[in-house]
Order: sequence, then C-alpha cells, then structure tokens
Amino acid sequence: MPADTPCFEARNLTRAFGHGARRKVAVDDATFTIAEREIVSLVGQSGCGKSVLAKLLLRLEKPSSGELLYQGRPIAESGDPRAYWRHVQAVFQDPYAAFNQFFTIRAQLKACFRLFDQRPPEREMEDRIDQALLAVNLRPRELDGKYPFELSGGQMQRLLLARIFILRPRVLIADEPTSMVDACSRAGILEYLMKLKQELSMTIVFVTHDIGLAYYVSDRLFILHEGRIVEQGTPDDVTQRPTSPFTRQLLDDIPSVHRPWVTRA
Amino acid sequence: MAAILEVDDLRLHYLTRLGKRVQAVDGVSFQLQPGEILGIAGESGCGKTTLVSGLMGLLMPPLHLTSGAVRIAGRDILRLPPAEVRRSVLGRDIAMIPQGALNSLNPTRKVRDLATDVILAHDEGADRRAIQDRLRERFTRIGLEADAVLNAYPVQLPAGMKQRVVIGISTLLNPRIVIADEPSSALDVSSQKAVIQLLFNLLDEGIVSSMVFITHELPLLRHVAGRIAVMYAGQIVEIGTTEQVIFDGRQPYTRALMGSMLSAEPGQKSRKPVAIEGAPPNLGEPISGCRFAVRCPVAQSDCAQREQVLREVAGRHVRCHHAR
Repeated sequence: MPADTPCFEARNLTRAFGHGARRKVAVDDATFTIAEREIVSLVGQSGCGKSVLAKLLLRLEKPSSGELLYQGRPIAESGDPRAYWRHVQAVFQDPYAAFNQFFTIRAQLKACFRLFDQRPPEREMEDRIDQALLAVNLRPRELDGKYPFELSGGQMQRLLLARIFILRPRVLIADEPTSMVDACSRAGILEYLMKLKQELSMTIVFVTHDIGLAYYVSDRLFILHEGRIVEQGTPDDVTQRPTSPFTRQLLDDIPSVHRPWVTRA
Repeated sequence: MAAILEVDDLRLHYLTRLGKRVQAVDGVSFQLQPGEILGIAGESGCGKTTLVSGLMGLLMPPLHLTSGAVRIAGRDILRLPPAEVRRSVLGRDIAMIPQGALNSLNPTRKVRDLATDVILAHDEGADRRAIQDRLRERFTRIGLEADAVLNAYPVQLPAGMKQRVVIGISTLLNPRIVIADEPSSALDVSSQKAVIQLLFNLLDEGIVSSMVFITHELPLLRHVAGRIAVMYAGQIVEIGTTEQVIFDGRQPYTRALMGSMLSAEPGQKSRKPVAIEGAPPNLGEPISGCRFAVRCPVAQSDCAQREQVLREVAGRHVRCHHAR
C-alpha cells in the first residue's frame, strides 16, 4: 500500500432504503476521502444520514451504489467481517445497550479477544484489560465481579473506550459518544478519545449533531443535510466562513454563553 | 409578590429493601415567583430528579418524606392524600415534562386520543365535541399544525415534534407551574431550540405561570432561566441570578461545573474544558463537613470538618465558608 493511500475513499456512495414512491435516500452520492490518522466529524441534524454513513464505514450497511474503499480496497460485502472489524471499531451513543447486563464487565472485556485469530495467553489478556481500564481512569480491582447496571453512564462510556484500548483498531467510528453522558463528564470522554488517537495513532470518524463539539475535536468537518455532504473543510473554515445555509443553521442553533439564542417576547 | 411555589427545608430519603437509608434531598429551600423560570443544575445523581418527585407530591416507596414542606399557593401538597394530589394538584397546579418524554406516548394510539384522555381524566362529563375544538385551538395556539399532529400516531412524528406534543398535552389544563426535567437533552441542537421556543410561548401566552427547568447544560440555562440553583449531593450549593451563577460563580463547585462545559464555539478552541475529578459522595453514608471538599480544587484543611450552611455572598447565597 503506497504511503499516501487514504484510509477511506468514497466515490458517488449512495445508500437508499425502500422502493418506488417510498424510496428514501439516506446517503446521497457522497464523494470524499479520509486520510490516515485524520479526525473527521460528520455533522448534521437528526435524519441527515450521518449514522447511516457511519454504518457504511463499519460494514454494517451495504452501499446501494457507488464505491467505498478502505486502504485502497473495496470493503467486502460478504464473508466473515471479523478481519475488517479488527481494523475498524466503533463506540456508540448508548453504553448500556453495548454491554450485556447479565455478564460481568470483565467477562465482556475478555470477549474482545475473540476477534483475534489467536487469543493471547490468559495472563496477558488480564494484564491488557487492567492497562486499558487504567488508561480511562477506572480502577480494575473495583470493577471485579461488577455488572454493567452497577456503573454510571459516564463510567460505562469509558468502559467502551477501554474496549478500544484493548482492541487497538486502526480506525474508530464514534457515533455520538457523549450525547448520553452528563455535560460535565463530556470533557473527560473527549480527553480519553484524544489520548486514544495519540497512543494508537488512529483515524477517527466522529458523528455528532453538535457542530461546536465537532469544531473542538476535528481536523476536518463534513456537514450533512438530507443525505448529501453539503460542505467539507477545516473547522475554522467551516465555522467562520460557512458556504452552506445548513452550516449556518447548525451554528446558530448551539446555545452559547456569549451570544443571544432564543429570546422571550 | 407572593411566591407561587415555596420549598421549605425539604428533605427526602430512599429506604432500600435492605433497610439502607439514602438521603437524596437534604435541606433544599427556594421560592418560585409568578412569571419566573428557575434553573436547577448539577451532575447526574445530585438529587435533581428526586427533588422533582417531591415538588410533584409523588412520594411513593421507596421514596419517603423526611421533613420539610412544598407549598403551592400556600397549600402543603406533601401532606395531602395521594388521591387528592392526583385529582387537584397534578396537571392543574403543577405539571411535569418528563426526561424520557420521547417514550412516554403510547405508540398504538393517536395523539388526539392521548390528549382527550388527559381532559377526561380530570373532567369525566366533558363534551366530546367541545374537547376536540379545545384541542385544535390549543395545538394551533402553541404553534403546532393541529390537524396533522392530532391525527398522527406518535411513531409518525420526528423526535423534536414528539417532545413538543408531550409539552402540549401536559399543559392542556393550564398548570400554574411546569417542571421541565431535561426536556431537550435527547434532541439535536435544532429541535432543542424549537422546544425552548415553545416553553417560552407557554409563558408568554399565559398558559402557564412559572417554570422550573432542570438540566446539566449550563450554557442552555444561560438563555432559559432568570435564576439558577446549583445542586450538589442533595443540597443547593449556590443560588442566584443567572448572570451571577454563570459568569461569577462563588462556590468552587459552580466554577468547576462551568469549567467542565465545552464552550464549543468558533474561536474558543483554546479554552480547554476540565472534567471534575472523582465522583459525588455516597449519600447512603453519613457525611460530615463540606460535601465537595474531596474533589474541590481549592479545599483547605478545615473544609472536611466544618458543616457548611447557605449564606449570603455578593448578593447570592453560597454554601462554602471560604467563598468571598
């Protein structure tokens, strides 16, 4: 693979659901590249297609038409997806939905190793779990024998990130990872996300409706509206010189401490 | 002006099956004036939602009243029989917009039927046709497309619209006070704006008189509330005007909370948000001294021993004996 091959490359990528009059195009003719070790945010309102695009990148959806390449090769549409998922992993919005409530946390973290062809020896697995927990500021011994429902939302979201530390993928797709945690825990989650990127030199695709958050974490932003990428660029370009009215709308909608927002009559 | 809602040294506790007692609300007092929006801010688990149960008079095991009172227009609702609370307090004196509002509409019934139920529950003899006129009038007045929305099933509506429908239904009986518990935290920023606009309309149209707005998003409260109470470990640690609390917080927790917010907007990238280390104390154990001391960046040696009381500092009330 040549050094400058992008991590992802999409040409006229389209994903539609339904047929005839009920056909709904969730991702419409998207063409883009995402470079290795880049953080790109997909930003837009609910229903803009950002999560479907994320699922396409994760091989959880198949394109209806167009091309999607990972490291220069089309993403396979059939066969065992595990080889792909060793490279491309995800954290989702709802951490409680990501864990089985009937198994201990440790057992579930250990299950991560099933993604590898060869499981490391028992001792090494335990060590790697401990290190991953410490990396997200959780105390391994305090979690021994604990079940997911015994933890807070913020702790659970950090557990999801610990999974990523164990799996060490090349790419992380983070779909609204902070929308269900307390506003005050958000800063912590983002901090660990940045740490992951630095330590594992990962590519990150960050999905959010909050353009302010995207501005804060990304190298580049893609603004989506009704399935189309209506604008892409650096955070400063997109937020300070927006060319699309939809970008302007997203910017106006954030409640900022410093400027007027909704006012009473 | 007489306060519309008076909370007087309210203390509420949970009693678990194993006999453990958790003091979730521990001495909360405030007053709500007619026309006012009071914001309540704090981390998950600080007692915000338990406080709401108290304000609504919904004290059901395992939640119990320890002491104190909640008075709406002078009447202590915590000492009324539950049937009376349901009949004359809920919906009329006080109504709540729940946190999980998106899941609170029965998916098998049309919005029209859900709304009709609310009116019939409080007025069994109401004329069916009159109810329909009333629903159309009200939904139009709060800016919803009455016919389309009333005839829809909840699943046919987008999330933001569903939330506005919930608000429309819960305020049908013109409650004096509305309690909004994280009404917009499950929505995207654009729908959030529409929800807040609707809440403002309810006040401006005189449909409701006052509001308590609960959230952990301080930037949102900046635009919504006139006064803000910051809660920590079951107590109010600072209460003052929005300007005072947001821009000039005197309690270290208020400042830490503000500092942990991503003021994520163009040009602000340089200011790095700082997460508050550690976790709030376990309210199942007795706590002495300042409850924030172990996490406080400016704690001093006397903080862990000294019991903290709310006192006036720079025109607002603060629970910290070091605050100036």
